Amino acid sequence: MNLAIRDILYHKWRFIQTSFGLGLLVAVVMSMGGIYRGLIADATVALKSTGADLWVVQEDTEGPFAAASRLPEDTEYRIAEVPGIAQASGLSFQNMQIMRFGKPLRFFLVGYKLNGLGGPPLIIAGRDINQKHYEMVVDKTMKMRLGETIRLGLNDYTVVGITKGMNSVSGDPYAYVSLADAQDIQFKEDNNAIRNNRDRIADKISKVGSLSPAQIAQFIPLVTDIAGSTHIVNAVAAKLAPGANIKEIQETIHRWNHYRAISTAEQEKILTSGMIQKSKMQLALFRSILLIISAVIITLIIYTMTMEKLRVIATLKLIGSPNRVVAGLVLQQSLLIGLIAYAIGYIIISLTYDKFPRRVELVTFDLLALFVIVMVICVLSSLLGVRKAMGIDSSHALGG
Amino acid sequence: MYAIQAENLTKIYGKGHTEVTALADATLTVSPGELAAVIGPSGSGKTTMLTTIGLINEPTRGRVIIDGVTVANDGWVPGIDMKRIRREKLGFIFQAYNLIPFLTATENVMVSLGLTGIRGKEARLRAAELLDKLLLGRVKNSHPSELSGGEAQRVAIARALANRPKVILADEPTAALDTANGKNVMELLKKLAMENNSAIMVVTHDSRMIEGFDRIYEIHDGHLTREPEYQK
Repeated sequence: MNLAIRDILYHKWRFIQTSFGLGLLVAVVMSMGGIYRGLIADATVALKSTGADLWVVQEDTEGPFAAASRLPEDTEYRIAEVPGIAQASGLSFQNMQIMRFGKPLRFFLVGYKLNGLGGPPLIIAGRDINQKHYEMVVDKTMKMRLGETIRLGLNDYTVVGITKGMNSVSGDPYAYVSLADAQDIQFKEDNNAIRNNRDRIADKISKVGSLSPAQIAQFIPLVTDIAGSTHIVNAVAAKLAPGANIKEIQETIHRWNHYRAISTAEQEKILTSGMIQKSKMQLALFRSILLIISAVIITLIIYTMTMEKLRVIATLKLIGSPNRVVAGLVLQQSLLIGLIAYAIGYIIISLTYDKFPRRVELVTFDLLALFVIVMVICVLSSLLGVRKAMGIDSSHALGG
Repeated sequence: MYAIQAENLTKIYGKGHTEVTALADATLTVSPGELAAVIGPSGSGKTTMLTTIGLINEPTRGRVIIDGVTVANDGWVPGIDMKRIRREKLGFIFQAYNLIPFLTATENVMVSLGLTGIRGKEARLRAAELLDKLLLGRVKNSHPSELSGGEAQRVAIARALANRPKVILADEPTAALDTANGKNVMELLKKLAMENNSAIMVVTHDSRMIEGFDRIYEIHDGHLTREPEYQK
């Protein structure tokens, strides 16, 4: 017969209420852990889903996700020629915000070559993009329907496929279009802007005294064309051939092509230790504070419960109960409260994690670690109650 | 051999000018199967006598022998496991019953049995048997809050008797009961003392409840002032 369980069963509603309150706290701690893991997952999802080994970006920049980088589109052909590179694809990334049904819709737009790297890794509804223009695939969290059309830049795009689990480091869902479309959306200007640009360039060139009027007339369309080019990418993702030495390839690209080639591991480090470092620290601090609060609450609950049982404990001691029976009563109740609270917390978070606006990723290791932490907190929290119980004089059982 | 033997038992609380002698040179004996009462007004030292004989309060001087085992001789005898003697040789009955509120009547008795290693089915059977004997079969699954005062005290008696102790110490067992229930409890105690051959020592301030006791000690200001009275 377990006294702790009997007490809990006798006061079950009070225990359930107490444990539910604690369970909510544990659920918040779990969600913080899930958000932390979600941040890392969001930060690295594009890296992992692309399957690239190298990210070639503008010299002295930190890559397409952490800093701005612009490269000519034809860079991919030069990178593809580097010995040891099996495949190279230009990619374009941009944050976008449009109005949809009167509400702002933010997303992270990826442009990719249809047979290249960096497209949607998984299609859960519809199909992948198979036309070069005006089709898009969106993450399911954008809540768009197949066949829905939205205007991006100068053109309308139709949703042909839905993907899932693709969010940027800032939590915005991914949308995919072809690279050509992404370049148009990002760089192509409307006719008025093109006219203004052409006039500005013509004005500048006509002021060059060494050029004849015939040369000026030839230069203007050429320069306008170059200035208005949309053939720009933000990065080139590359896959290595089997057995290739990544360090040598990085060095070659740096020396001969004057670009920075960042390995996926380096890119991951840039993203996780740089971009989300403060968020990670904030979450860790918040979790620690919540765990301390939980410990204080459990301590107070156990202490109060022990105080309520002073006469029971004194009686048990008087009739000859060994200290372990008395200490066990207090400790087991503390552990049971922790266990029930953890179970309630787990149920709450399991039912709600996918309703969070940002990704919450529940990792088994984290959940087990939290379970151990909660149990350790329960043991430590019970020490005050155990001390009180041990100090109760058995003569306290006597009298009216 | 006496079940309880106390010789020159003295208990002094405090030191110097705060010193209070709660029990002074008290000598008493109770044989197996005997019923002894210690009567006296509040603050006379009754409970101190019970707690020193019950191995709860260490006597300042004097000797206590329980069922042939010397447990105190001018202080506790070193090496004696007091808790073990309390669970194996002593049974306690309290004024406020002191039943564990979250356990049923049966489980309250089982707690006592569990302390001497009797657990599970056997403990449940023995507890139920004891409760039936005390006419508590109807309430054996009830919690203390559902019992009347008389029923609760009978459960407390069952718990005290569960391990068939040599000595039962009762602290004002009828104080919370009406006269009829109080007399019933005392009758029950007498019957069980006879049946189990246990020595029963009751401390009380109510002389109406000690009718038919074998020995009656009266205590005033820590002194046993009346010689044992043999009523049988």
